[in-house]
Amino acid sequence: MPDSLQRIVIVGATSSIAEHCARLWAAKGGVAFTLVGRDAARLERVAADLHVRGAGSTVTVRTADFSDPRAIRALADAVVAEGMPHQVLIAHGSLPDQQQCQRDLDAACEALDVNGVSPVLFAEAFAGHMEPVGGVITIIGSVAGDRGRRSNYVYGAAKGLVTRYAQGLQHRLAGSGSALKVVLVKPGPTATPMTAHLPQRGLAPVEQVARLIVDGANAGKPVVYAPGKWALIMMVIRHLPAVVFNKMNI
Amino acid sequence: MVKVSSWGRLDSHEHDLVPLADRDQAVRAVAGGRGLPQGNARSYGDVCLNPDGRLWRMTGLDRFIAFDPGTGRLRCEAGVLLRDIQRMSIVHGWLLPVTPGTQMITVGGAIANDVHGKNHHVLGSFGDHVLQLRLARTDGRVIDCGPDLEAGWFAATVGGMGLTGVIVEAELQLRRVAGPWLVTDTVPYRNLDEFFQLADTSEAGWEQTVSWVDCLSGIGRGLFFRANLAAIPDRGAESGRKPKRVPFVPPVSLVNGLSLRAFNETYFRANTLKAGYAVAHFEKYTYPLDNLHDWNRMYGPRGFYQYQSVVPRAAGQAAIQAMLAAIKASGQGSFLAVLKTFGDRTSRGMMSFPRPGVTLALDFPNRGAQTAALFERLDAIVRDAGGRIYAAKDARMPRDLFESGYPRLAEFLQYRDPGISSAMSRRLIGS
Repeated sequence: MPDSLQRIVIVGATSSIAEHCARLWAAKGGVAFTLVGRDAARLERVAADLHVRGAGSTVTVRTADFSDPRAIRALADAVVAEGMPHQVLIAHGSLPDQQQCQRDLDAACEALDVNGVSPVLFAEAFAGHMEPVGGVITIIGSVAGDRGRRSNYVYGAAKGLVTRYAQGLQHRLAGSGSALKVVLVKPGPTATPMTAHLPQRGLAPVEQVARLIVDGANAGKPVVYAPGKWALIMMVIRHLPAVVFNKMNI
Repeated sequence: MVKVSSWGRLDSHEHDLVPLADRDQAVRAVAGGRGLPQGNARSYGDVCLNPDGRLWRMTGLDRFIAFDPGTGRLRCEAGVLLRDIQRMSIVHGWLLPVTPGTQMITVGGAIANDVHGKNHHVLGSFGDHVLQLRLARTDGRVIDCGPDLEAGWFAATVGGMGLTGVIVEAELQLRRVAGPWLVTDTVPYRNLDEFFQLADTSEAGWEQTVSWVDCLSGIGRGLFFRANLAAIPDRGAESGRKPKRVPFVPPVSLVNGLSLRAFNETYFRANTLKAGYAVAHFEKYTYPLDNLHDWNRMYGPRGFYQYQSVVPRAAGQAAIQAMLAAIKASGQGSFLAVLKTFGDRTSRGMMSFPRPGVTLALDFPNRGAQTAALFERLDAIVRDAGGRIYAAKDARMPRDLFESGYPRLAEFLQYRDPGISSAMSRRLIGS
């Protein structure tokens, strides 16, 4: 594999947001993609698509168990052994049913794991390799992680975990003077298969969100709200006093 | 249930909208289901609507499967937009042979409506370049078909309005091009005689021919546009235009008698002044309205109709003259008025619209009974001339005109998927 290719690793590569980010990177050409996911058949389809889109790009796919810390470690080691990534995008997740999480602790546990613990472990595994040489790790959090709300606080708690983790990792890297950057993306509600069952009004187009993520990742920005209006909205929501906030049905 | 309307925005109805995201899921969702596949919903009328029923939204099936830059053969999922194909393939020196006036439609929609473009006399319609397609039926069958494979299924599905099954993927033959640039020529004409002369003399040397006709002039004056792809050194590729958007629906149509008269006069004069040769990027020249998002809002809250007919060449000039006279007398019409000759080739699809002759397409703001009355006069002219109306644009043609315009209807109905139904099929076929 030529060294001139930009090495991009995408964890959760079959997610709609990740796929659209990959297309934007592929359009520039000259990318060596490693796509990581759970479903080999779906990964192969995304890979075929990127292969057509990305002139001069290569695509490798890998499957992994996303809930097993050892598997995550082994995967990061194996990917890095093929060449140090320039970019890692961690994009997997699922939108759980809040009501079901309240009734069924297994569902709550799985939601916390897939949206919080698993992305953090992937980031930690890659950060260990990349801290000495630099690069960018982009983690997709959510505006839901900015303040717990009755409508989706299990999901929000998992994304809040990702937020605190990213802050801590950024703090650690700043202290060590590493050239590794960590980008925390907080998308608002986005039109993807994950939200297909919700009213589509007010959902951001996935292409727009992907564009903001890729621009933010390429620039190494610490925090990216996507679309940008959510930075303002969430600042207000975070600062609302509880007496007001608790009266809101959000 | 969500409200869905088509591009003409005549009304909106509740639909059970089911977004599909990949081809396996699509086949599973269709098997045993009842509904209608919908692409990017750019059809004007009711061919893409299924009020109170299910819509399988196909735009999530937007992956390329394989492309060979040596042969120009592309396999892709049915929800891929023509725009995305063109932007991918132009890098390798290939483009779609046939596209309509917008790139913002899906491959499945382009096949189901067997769309055509300005180069029909050279390259035919979209279906002429489909090598194979995969159809998912509601009885669970998956049928691969092409011009030489299950040819009946293929001929029924090309131009089949989505009624033969759900197209989940297709293989297309792209065409070699020297680059993205066109040499264009604009020639004003004063009447229909001049239009037909221009059409006859241009078809041999020009691959793209189309014209804008001033529908209020009554005499058929207009502007004839012709263009050829050309090997021109790259001018910095990207046309680099920032898209604009019609930001809201105005309370009344911005297209009305007053604005139209002023627009047509200005448009004719301005283009007459700058008539002659020019060089243009294919995207800018071929799809000018793709850069004005939501332009369909201009027609106000009541929406608009498009009336596109084709009449045989022998009866063509008299029929076009009669239609223009009827439009002028009604005081209705729009600046999107397109007059074009089709080449002498038979389309592959049983229900394809293009046929040898001359086609006239016009937008009309919806003014209720007044507009309906005009359409009845136009229908009579089309009927007498032995012509047909384009289903992809239609929301109101009478059933007898559909039946007389599409003589292979009975043959087509043998391939119908009984689980698939649209507002149009219920209106024109009865189920």
